[in-house]
Amino acid sequence: MELNQLTAHELLDKLARKEVALEALYGALYGRIQKTESKVRAYVRSEAARKTVSSSPGPLNGLPVTIKDNICTEGLETECCSKILKGFRPPYDATVIAKLKKSGAGIFPLKANMDEFAFGSSTENSFFGPTANPWDLGAVPGGSSGGSAAAVASDEAIWALGSDTGGSIRQPASFCGVVGLKPTYGRVSRFGLIAFASSLDQIGPITKDVEDAAILTKVISGYDPNDSTSVNLDVPDYTQSLVNDVKGLKIGLPKEYLVEGMDPEVKSIIEEAVNKLKSLGAVSKPVSLPHTEYAVPVYYIVATAEASSNLARFDGVQYGYRAKSDNLIEMYKKTRAEGFGEEAKRRILLGTFALSHGYYDAYYLRALKVRTLIKQDFDRVFNDFDCIVAPVSPTAAFKIGERSDDPLKMYLSDIYTISVNLAGIPAISVPCGFTKKGLPVGLQIMAKAFNEEMLFRVAHTFEQNTQWHKLKPKL
Amino acid sequence: MNYQTVIGLEVHLQLKTKTKAFCGCAIDFGKAPNSGTCPVCLGFPGTLPVYNKEALNSAIKVALAFNCQIQEHTKFDRKNYFYPDLPKNYQISQFDLPLSRNGHLIIFDQEHQPKRIGITRIHLEEDAGKLIHEADSSLVDFNRTGIPLLEIVSEPDLNSPQEAFDYLSSLKSILEYLDVSDCDMEKGSLRCDANISLRPQGAKELGVKTELKNMNSFKGVKDALTFEVKRQTELLQAGQNWQQETRLWDVQKGITVSMRSKEGAKDYRYFPDPDLAVFIINTPMISKIKAGLPELPQEKMRRFMRDYSLSEPDAKILVSSKNDARFAEDCINRYPGKDKKNIVNWLIGPLLSEANSRKLELHELDLDKNELINLIGFVQRQEISLLSAKTILTRMIDSRKSAQTLITEGNLLQISDTAQLEQVIAAVIRENEKSVADFKAGKTNALMFLVGQVMKKSAGKANPKVVTDLIKRRLV
Amino acid sequence: MSIDQETVKHIAHLSRIELQPKELEKLSGQLHDILGFIDKISSLDIDKVEPTSHILPISNVLREDTPHVSLSPEKALENAPSRKGEFFSVPKIIE
Repeated sequence: MELNQLTAHELLDKLARKEVALEALYGALYGRIQKTESKVRAYVRSEAARKTVSSSPGPLNGLPVTIKDNICTEGLETECCSKILKGFRPPYDATVIAKLKKSGAGIFPLKANMDEFAFGSSTENSFFGPTANPWDLGAVPGGSSGGSAAAVASDEAIWALGSDTGGSIRQPASFCGVVGLKPTYGRVSRFGLIAFASSLDQIGPITKDVEDAAILTKVISGYDPNDSTSVNLDVPDYTQSLVNDVKGLKIGLPKEYLVEGMDPEVKSIIEEAVNKLKSLGAVSKPVSLPHTEYAVPVYYIVATAEASSNLARFDGVQYGYRAKSDNLIEMYKKTRAEGFGEEAKRRILLGTFALSHGYYDAYYLRALKVRTLIKQDFDRVFNDFDCIVAPVSPTAAFKIGERSDDPLKMYLSDIYTISVNLAGIPAISVPCGFTKKGLPVGLQIMAKAFNEEMLFRVAHTFEQNTQWHKLKPKL
Repeated sequence: MNYQTVIGLEVHLQLKTKTKAFCGCAIDFGKAPNSGTCPVCLGFPGTLPVYNKEALNSAIKVALAFNCQIQEHTKFDRKNYFYPDLPKNYQISQFDLPLSRNGHLIIFDQEHQPKRIGITRIHLEEDAGKLIHEADSSLVDFNRTGIPLLEIVSEPDLNSPQEAFDYLSSLKSILEYLDVSDCDMEKGSLRCDANISLRPQGAKELGVKTELKNMNSFKGVKDALTFEVKRQTELLQAGQNWQQETRLWDVQKGITVSMRSKEGAKDYRYFPDPDLAVFIINTPMISKIKAGLPELPQEKMRRFMRDYSLSEPDAKILVSSKNDARFAEDCINRYPGKDKKNIVNWLIGPLLSEANSRKLELHELDLDKNELINLIGFVQRQEISLLSAKTILTRMIDSRKSAQTLITEGNLLQISDTAQLEQVIAAVIRENEKSVADFKAGKTNALMFLVGQVMKKSAGKANPKVVTDLIKRRLV
Repeated sequence: MSIDQETVKHIAHLSRIELQPKELEKLSGQLHDILGFIDKISSLDIDKVEPTSHILPISNVLREDTPHVSLSPEKALENAPSRKGEFFSVPKIIE
């Protein structure tokens, strides 16, 4: 096995025992990138210097982490895969980057591709062009953290950070056959994550197995005085949760999730996974999340409203792209017309509309109220259940270009992931099978707020009793 | 037809915290452009705001001082509009749940009658940057961006430009006492926009509102309003209608000019800022801040009236500035005499006129307060005349010499020695036979004249009381 | 709720995005469809429901009034598309 194919925890052991030199690991990664990146296109600006990154002493021993292009890295271009942020080099590190560096990690010099500003579920909306799914180069890797997931799945990365506003970690993890966690809102600092929707965004890990996810989550979590929405709670040692035991755990199966519109193949894979958990001693029962059907509309109001305001700052004044014009208002309008892609414009307009005079009550305020109902659905279930198990997406990875002309259809495919963000709870995607065409399918596990430990326990147990995470795409 | 003027004021106040509202950039005026900024106040992608504890405390102090109700639940909202001095293209402000509402302050009219001016709301927000306009471009300096601001909105309770001026003076005086802002309109730490309309006397409905901007002093506010009253009165008398608009005060020309409007208020798309947690301000928190409030002008005025038996106008003069009030009270406390009115008369008489002639405030006079008390002692013991004392006061401030030294140097001690005075009186009686006759005939004015002559001959040093007694004794 | 091209024009102006006629037409149609779907939430009875704008029950997050080190003007202006001396520079403001 090549070094780049190992998991992070395997490499950490080898690095600690000095069985592996960091240069050799970087060499293996760059070698792999040399070989497969032209097919996968997981990274952007890949002309950047391919060198071994120096790191501070710490438990991660220099192990490199791949970073999504919307997380600020000091001095290293961070463009959200948008023309409008062209050439932007942040003068500061995101809190998660500072935490990684402090723990001795290396920040991989190539950054991962994504849908522009995280607007999308396919990584097709990148200014740099789409990333391919390592399992089927004609299919999307999912999105928006498609670059991070594809890099990890193709062994072009050891592990990676993504961000999840409505499924942007879990869905690409599912499509690429890797592990992806969206932590509880407030668990990980958002400082330095270029905001899409501030009340929904969370940074999380995309890894080869659950143990790696537990290690990386521990490193990036915790209170940050620079983020008013980060929570001052102790971070448990998540590796303690990696037990092979789900006996007696009560698992809820939302009946609103396993319905029409779902690919029957995916449905049966999920059912088998649930059976697996039952065979390991878990108890499952149908539960109801009655407001599920409203989650997509609520999400596309709340997320776009916040985005319309968050993205107002991209105006060509202080950084990024500026269109030529001799008067200010025209400069603004041309810069934003030329700098933003189609999906970004669509969402900015939708969000502006939802907040605009005369429509605020009917759209934005109403959506905030329905958000309350959606959260209450989960609160009720978690009174009686340890976790909820569900699909990540109604289908496996779809073909590049297949849905790009139908934004509404694309939005509807987020149905299983966005409620989690609206409710602020944590959820993980873990590989649970393959379609006949050989595309991976992920199992989603959700728990109540700040109970990531439950996710690691259930996901790890499932993983230890299956082989899906060990399969590698042929590239 | 007579018209009633209706004015409401919107004051923006910079709080003088050490750091900005949402980041730790030090607030330090006079810095080089863009040297007091960081990724947060520059609105760089990915940055997040965290509010300044001291700014919230100061804001609550101000709200309490203006008798506002502090709202238990308050939050920040985003006000969305594009402008190059606004790095995020939204301003963090407050919309439907402001920090405080329903306050008031008292102003006094010319006859010293109090009038209550309502304060609609006081809310928190952040300042924008500074623009410098050049021929083909505008230059932006973000040093000011993110300085904590309070917006203080009055009810339309002001009925004349003078009342607007008095409101601002009273507001400034209270803010000075709280020590939360520099309150300097010329430096921009206090800014004021005015809404003005006219309506027929007795009418219920308000007239068409005009918003006035660009005034750089309290006097500017008064002048701009005075101009508007005249302009609108003429329009009304000519039977003309007009639309609601914003006008800029041109201080050079002394006129207001209509300004093309930016985004309308309804286009601001306010919504709760998801980056900032809400605030719950409970009673213990308010009580604690309340207990720490300094004595405010009105309370101090009442106390001066009560403790030092001052008249209301005298007390009002002394408390209008916090430092002057402190200076005055220090003098009053040092004054050993029982009747504090004596020292107060000195403060609002000779001392205030010394300060005025030197273009200083009372407390800025370079004066040893103990020497002032000594000087008053000389007058009370009738060792010097009041006239001499005023001269000595001037010299004392100029030279910092003691009262005793200045009296000796000026040879100003009063002559109360009868033997010495008798000679002068004898000469005056000799030289003014007519007046002597008049006095004997019962004309009291003649006595005054004779005393005056003695004073003149003694170069002002004769003790007038002793002289009067001696003349009476000789002539009666 | 339907959305017409005039409304889309207005919100495009508020968003400071120039739209070409074809783009305007296409986006208006798409927004119309999306809003048609979103209107689903109008059927819910939410009169007695409190809105959730912050999912966490946290409040009173404040920082101490202590200064940090600001950026140097050079660093602040490093990414600027246009500058003049130590100022950011923008085209003439014509309202």
